[in-house]
Amino acid sequence: MTNDHSNPLMQVSPATPGWLKPLRTAAAARYGQLGLPKLRTEAWKFTNLKVLETLAVKPASSGEAHPDLPAALAELDACRILIVDGKVVDHGTLPDGVEAAGLDADAPDWVRETVGTIASIENHPFTALNTAQFDGGIALRVARGKSVETPIHLVHLSTAGATDEAEISHPRVLVIVEDGAILDLVESHQGTGAYIRNTVTEVSVGADAKLGHYKLQADSREAFHVAMTAVTTKGKSSYDNFALSTGSRLARNEVRGHLGGQHIDYHVNGAYMATGDQHLDTSTFIDHAEPNCTSHELYKGVLLENGHGVFQGKILVRPDAQKTDGYQMNRALLLSPTAEINSKPELEIYADDVKCSHGATVGELEDDQLFYLLARGVPRDRARAILVAAYVDEAIDTIDREPVREAFRAVASEWMTHHVAAVG
Amino acid sequence: MALIEIKNLHAEVGGKPILKGIDLSIESGEVHAIMGPNGSGKSTLSYVLAGREGYEVTEGSVTFDGADLLEMDADERAVAGIFLAFQYPVELPGVTGMTFLKEAVNARRKAAGEGEIDAMQFLKMVRAKAKALGVTDEMLKRAVNVGFSGGEKKRNEILQMSVLEPKLCVLDETDSGLDIDALKVVSEGVNALRSQGRSMLVITHYQRLLEHIRPDRIHVLAQGKIQKTGGPELAHELEASGYADFAEAAA
Ligand SMILES: Nc1ncnc2c1ncn2[C@@H]1O[C@H](COP(=O)(O)OP(=O)(O)OP(=O)(O)O)[C@@H](O)[C@H]1O
Ligand SMILES: [Mg+2]
Repeated sequence: MTNDHSNPLMQVSPATPGWLKPLRTAAAARYGQLGLPKLRTEAWKFTNLKVLETLAVKPASSGEAHPDLPAALAELDACRILIVDGKVVDHGTLPDGVEAAGLDADAPDWVRETVGTIASIENHPFTALNTAQFDGGIALRVARGKSVETPIHLVHLSTAGATDEAEISHPRVLVIVEDGAILDLVESHQGTGAYIRNTVTEVSVGADAKLGHYKLQADSREAFHVAMTAVTTKGKSSYDNFALSTGSRLARNEVRGHLGGQHIDYHVNGAYMATGDQHLDTSTFIDHAEPNCTSHELYKGVLLENGHGVFQGKILVRPDAQKTDGYQMNRALLLSPTAEINSKPELEIYADDVKCSHGATVGELEDDQLFYLLARGVPRDRARAILVAAYVDEAIDTIDREPVREAFRAVASEWMTHHVAAVG
Repeated sequence: MALIEIKNLHAEVGGKPILKGIDLSIESGEVHAIMGPNGSGKSTLSYVLAGREGYEVTEGSVTFDGADLLEMDADERAVAGIFLAFQYPVELPGVTGMTFLKEAVNARRKAAGEGEIDAMQFLKMVRAKAKALGVTDEMLKRAVNVGFSGGEKKRNEILQMSVLEPKLCVLDETDSGLDIDALKVVSEGVNALRSQGRSMLVITHYQRLLEHIRPDRIHVLAQGKIQKTGGPELAHELEASGYADFAEAAA
């Protein structure tokens, strides 16, 4: 297949409706200028993408076989929207108050007006690439004042077979929660074989609205997962984001939030668990533009074998954002001498009356805790799994929506049993 | 037959010899006490029996219930019936008391080839035992020992002991940190566990505990060795004279 080395990962452009043309053209041009991030790019200095420059890729072609959802997620009562290689295949009856639309020639005005306005193509090559190349995608809107009880679950799947070329897809999602509306959104990412999934999710949370946004990244261990979640929030809204990352060979989970009103409660939390040669990067940016907002950020990492974790978190408090209350913490547990973590927590504060703290810790399992469990008869592998699960639980406990919280806890615990117990 | 027989036990920690030839055997159903000055090796002995890493046995043997204890891993020893009530119970953030107990019980059941314990039945049983020891439901829901007072931690140790029903209870200064009333409650809990098939090794600095839990034998451990063994009256003698004699004797 075509492998344009001046524009790595670029494929033949998909059909483009007229309304999208200017944005696509600009995005393609921008990607051409930016190219793939290099280590010398500050925002990517811990995540080496050299392998992508020469990787043979082809557009994703939908196969049949895909992995089942983890049992705990499958049991969650939700409206599921199946997105295979970026294309919406199927969705059940949407809950009352929610409408869905494609990003195509039939897209309604609310879609055309918003796509590309939240996730910027300027400084982010993968967002530019997604914008230039997405094929399909979905937009969801919750009507003003509607409280949606049933969560919506976006089931992202990729189905690359055994092949020398990695299949690339660019899922594109837009979620608008209008003023006073309430929604819980779950997304899961899974697949088989070698693929690159470059997702962009644009989220708009209206005034007094509430969105829970919970992501499981359990992609294939041969996959590259790149995700940009760009969020904009209005006054008195709350946004609760959690990402559980266990999959892929290399993953970058990026969440950028703009707090554009007062009294916003903004949460970005997560847990990343890497083993083998996995590289899991979490990068966040929180933009406090207005006074009286709270942001809370806690990530917990568990790194086994040669697992490599990266955390880059930046909180910007603009001059107007007085009385900002910001907390940011990344904690990583290193369970092998060759595991590695790079943490870069960062505060940039231009207001003088704020309460912000940040930090990062690195630890190992405590011998005395392990012995306490052993001394009660719990076998070593189980004891380790219990302690690591307890470590991660602190992050999982932040998930606001209870059934989702318990489902994610079960998925994490399953991972412990398979991976932590096994390395003894 | 002795439940546990310790012969000429030598052990070192961080390359430093601490136990220098302990001989001690406890018959089934007997309660023995160990007293001795700070740093004499009492906790070291308890850790060696429980199988803690870093406590290296350099000489001697320990036979427990007919088996070579020193060949077993810490978890195997616990399942075989050894229970150590820690001098400093460990905090386990994120692990609730109830989960902890269930894991411990299920580990034993699994080793015995049984299925997991019925959750409701277990809850009932634990609650009843907890109540008798003054451990509240709220404490069981909290993370193990996290934010517990010194006395609460000690009660919690005895609760675990009464749920797990070990063959040999090693109590390392369970009385320290307990107020007078708690000492009574905990002692009653311990006494309730005294039985024909169960032995105890009670480490303490104070005769007061031994008034509640009457031992069959008292040993004085100093300088890494049992210096003297006697009946309950020995505690009173020590209360009066201290350990000065033994420091000289061993030097
Ligand atoms: N890791 C270690 N490295 C070196 N010495 C150690 C280590 N751990 C314990 N020790 C030493 O071993 C000796 C015995 O300690 P142990 O805790 O067994 O005393 P103890 O009799 O229980 O005292 P206490 O009455 O104060 O509880 C002490 O001198 C202590 O400093
Ligand atoms: Mg001691």
